Amino acid sequence: MKLLLAAVILTTIGLTPIRSQKIEKIGVPELEKILASPDNVLHVVNFWATWCPPCVTELPYFEKLSKEYQDKDVKFILISLDFPSQIESRLIPFLKTNKITADVRVMTDLDYNSWIEKVDAGWQGNIPVTLFFNNAGKIKYFYPSEVTEQELKDLINKYK
Amino acid sequence: MYISLAALIMAGLLNAQSQYKAGDIASDFKLKNVKGEMVSLSDIKDADGFIVSFWCNTCPVVKKYDQRLQELQAKYASKGYPVIAINSNDPKVSPGDSFDKMKETAAKLNYKFEYLFDETQEVARKYGATNTPHIYILSWKDGKLIVEYVGAIDNNADDAAAADKKYAEDALNSLIKGEKVAVSGTRAIGCSIKWKKAE
Repeated sequence: MKLLLAAVILTTIGLTPIRSQKIEKIGVPELEKILASPDNVLHVVNFWATWCPPCVTELPYFEKLSKEYQDKDVKFILISLDFPSQIESRLIPFLKTNKITADVRVMTDLDYNSWIEKVDAGWQGNIPVTLFFNNAGKIKYFYPSEVTEQELKDLINKYK
Repeated sequence: MYISLAALIMAGLLNAQSQYKAGDIASDFKLKNVKGEMVSLSDIKDADGFIVSFWCNTCPVVKKYDQRLQELQAKYASKGYPVIAINSNDPKVSPGDSFDKMKETAAKLNYKFEYLFDETQEVARKYGATNTPHIYILSWKDGKLIVEYVGAIDNNADDAAAADKKYAEDALNSLIKGEKVAVSGTRAIGCSIKWKKAE
């Protein structure tokens, strides 16, 4: 019994820092703020969800390149479209299991029609998609489907 | 910087793909239903139009809307607008969307609407469907199929009770009353249609 209690306490302590790694929930105003960022860096904004297999396939490329380009004026933001009812049960455990340390935020405004066009006029709502932009450098490129690691790297190098 | 040609071509194709919008004339088609019969819209009797729904077995957003599509069928088929669900996913890319799995899904969920297999993906391409679910409401006018609405069923995929804009129902109610459809196009997050990979 004592052993069990100790195990429970240890597990709880062990989990606490991960639990406290709260994912930032965003709505339309925060999305607009991201899209209007004046920072003179290439922003790579990927829209994905844990329920989307091609998104899950390409996510490690974003994770890897976000580290590679850490100090190279490239800012990665991975916006999850997981359902708000599945943030705790699915999204956070997924990030933990896959050791995703990149900047992940979750969009909680489900009135998709009110904001999809703000991202790009050509986006029909399919995921994954990735937006590359640098407002200061007047760069904007919308990639409407999944990428390979090489494609992602090439696109970053092209626009940064 | 060199970008793979395939990526450029693919992005180009996707961007160039045009989509039906309200007022366009939609093409009829002939596709196999889960009973193995070939179905065309023009063969369906007593319909004033259709709720053509790009659908599949596997997409979690489709699953969220499954009940709601069945409710649309229950409510609007008798009013002249039956649901026609179409799976255009390539089973090689998405094995859960094979024809056999469609039969299983339709039986398990007791679909009362036609569930058709767009094996060549021609219909999805022609309509410009990009996602599942992706709804096209059509109506017959002078022997032509007019596109009346393209987009989502409503504005809350996660929770039907929280949806406060029922786009598809609003469009159908307007059509049935002979009024103009107020919101004729919306966009929504969904699973991308699983296109065949170039061989």
